[in-house]
This record gives sequence, C-alpha cells and structure tokens, in this order.
Amino acid sequence: MHQIIIIGSGPAGLTAGIYAARAGLEPVLFASSVEPGGELMNTTDVENFPGFPEGVQGPELMEKIQAQAERFGTKVEYADVTALDLDGAVKRVTTADGAVHEAKALVFATGSAYRKLGIADEDRLSGHGVSWCATCDGFFFREKTIAVIGGGDSAMEEATFLTRFASKVYVIHRRDSLKASKIMQQRAFDNEKIEFIWNAEVTAIHGETEATGVALRDTVTGETRDLALDGVFIAIGNDPRTHLVHGKVDLTADGTIAVEGRSSKTSVAGVFAAGDVVDPSYRQAITAAGSGTVAALDAEHYLVALEDK
Amino acid sequence: MSEAINVGEQTFEKVVLQSEIPVLVDFWAAWCGPCRMVAPVLDEIAKEHEGKIRIVKVNVDEEPALAAQYRITSIPAMKVFKGGEEVRELIGAMPKQMIEEQLEGIL
Repeated sequence: MHQIIIIGSGPAGLTAGIYAARAGLEPVLFASSVEPGGELMNTTDVENFPGFPEGVQGPELMEKIQAQAERFGTKVEYADVTALDLDGAVKRVTTADGAVHEAKALVFATGSAYRKLGIADEDRLSGHGVSWCATCDGFFFREKTIAVIGGGDSAMEEATFLTRFASKVYVIHRRDSLKASKIMQQRAFDNEKIEFIWNAEVTAIHGETEATGVALRDTVTGETRDLALDGVFIAIGNDPRTHLVHGKVDLTADGTIAVEGRSSKTSVAGVFAAGDVVDPSYRQAITAAGSGTVAALDAEHYLVALEDK
Repeated sequence: MSEAINVGEQTFEKVVLQSEIPVLVDFWAAWCGPCRMVAPVLDEIAKEHEGKIRIVKVNVDEEPALAAQYRITSIPAMKVFKGGEEVRELIGAMPKQMIEEQLEGIL
C-alpha cells in the first residue's frame, strides 16, 4: 500500500508530487496516457509564471516541474484512472489495465476539460474544421479565414497565435467586452488580422463534411446571419473534470470539487483536491501549483495524524 | 521515436492503397504534442496485431499535398485504408484501449 497517490500531472498534481516526495511519502502519480502535463501542454508562450523573465514554453515548463517532482522520488505512471473507491481508510484507484492501487491518502488534481458549445455540429465536424487546440491545428489554416469563439485569455491567445497562419481571424464573443486580461486584449486589438464580432452567439456550424461557416445570432437585437469560414476554434472555457468522483465527494454549484475553507480537504477524509478541479475563478498555472502544495501539506498532516492514532 | 515508416506522395499509392492488409495512416508533425504521445501506442498496436494491420506515418509538414488531399485539419489524425478505401477515421490522441475499440472489426 502506498502512502499517497496523486491523480493528475498538471501543475497541481506535479507540485503536490514535489512536496509529498520531499516529505518522504514516496508518492505515486498517475498521468493520463495520452495527454499528460495538462493544459499547458497545448500552450506556447507562458509569460506569467514567476521565475521565467523571458517566458517559457508550456511543455518545457511542465517537463521541468515533472523533473523536479521525480528528482525527489515521485513515481510518475502513464496510466488512465478508470475508477475510484473512496469508502473507508484505504483508497483504491483502478487503472485502465485493470490493476488496483491502494493508498492511505489521495490527491485529486485532474484539472478541467474544454467546454463545448453544446450544439450538435461541433462533434460532427470536430477535426474537420472545428478545433479546440490552436497550437495543434493552426498550421492547417494557412491563408484561411477562421474564427475563434470566446472572450477570455485563452481565446485571445489562440486568436493571436492563429494570425501566424490565417489571413483573417474573427473573434466571436457573446458580450460587448472581454474577460481576458488587459495585456492579452490589447495584443489582440492591435493585431490587424483580428476582427471582433461582439454580442454574437454561434447557433450552428455549417458544412456537410467540413466546416464552411457559422450561424450567428445577435444577443442584443436577435438578428441572425451567416459567416463563411474555413475553420472554427472553440475557446469558451473549461469544465472541471470530476466524472471519476461524481456521487463520491461533494461538488459546488460551479461543478468544482467542494473543499473546506482554504484547505484542500474534500467531503471524504483522506481525499484532497487541488488545481482547476477545485477552482472556478483563477485557474492559472501558478495558482494550481500553489493549490497542489496545499493538498500535499494537508495530506501529510492527515497521514501523520493517522500514525498517531 | 517511432518504428512506423514514413510514407510520402510517391509511396502512398503502393504502400497504403495497394496493401494486402489494412493500413492505418498516422498523420503527424514534430510540433504536435499529442502526436508524440500517440506514436508509441500505435507502435504497440502494430506489434501486437502484426500481419493484421500495418501502421505508417505521414509527416504533414513534409507532405502538405497528402494532408490537403485527405482533408486533414487536425492532428493526430489516423485513417484506416482497406483495399484502397478509407474505412475508418480516428481524430485526436486517445488511450490504447479506445483506439483498439475504434479498430474493432479490423484487428
């Protein structure tokens, strides 16, 4: 039996790994078999992580954090967790190969997944002009006309990044102002290839076998119109990835895992949560890392208290 | 990185379309993180199902014409050809189990 198992290999999970390993807890960390490293793996320039005055590439940052966790003995396993048993003092984690791993404490740091628009066309045309990853797919839209849907930092980053390839990038946003940080907004406003379409909601994506455009509805006037496009990038936010713990730990109204005060304690003793999966508001690499620290320290205290019993 | 061979415009017809057994073509690029993750998974599948399926790669940077011809707009994209016809398409990196499920009836 392990002292502690960490699920998730983004900034939260790996930072929990650094702290737990340095506390001598010999953590085992399960990383996704196909998308380890979390959201930063699809990010190019990270300019706001302290300690990197010149900026750092997302994947490079994750590689460094993982190396730091492994240096102190965190064992990173690339296996998808398929089920959890959180009842009782021993927590059981089942991986895709059917193996069951036991631990006294569990840190849940599974992050979040791209939010979908919720219209039928997006799944149908996914990979055929509809994308959730600008850094992966931007290349295929050289000299094309595309749109980014969303108004947050990730939408601005994607739009700006995509101007490297596309001849024209529309940003379609439901409101008349952006949620994105000032610096990201300004960068997008200053970019000649980017044009904003305000107060517009995408109600359909057109195209038989590949995306050819979108149907827009003006959220103020109700007016509808079509916009011809070669590609659509969806960046309307993320939802916490909680499916493994549904019905097992309490969630908040936002859908994140509920934790006690400023701690990482969930409604189940011995189960701690960190990173985007508990955070409906900040969702930064650095806040996730801080949250991972909290979870490792809480778990450590919990394990010490168990020994004392 | 990967054991699968790269095919290009010159070799696609012979290696993929005229193959006796089904061929899974993995459209990839060096800058694509998810492609790097899926490559070893495909190698495993190729090894475990030797003789039933062949796995080859198309580097979209080097073969833009093939990428355009097969309307690739997202990678990794894996297309399965059988008797010269495209019979299956998988988009995005996914765990081995899911890839095998999608290849059911072929493996």
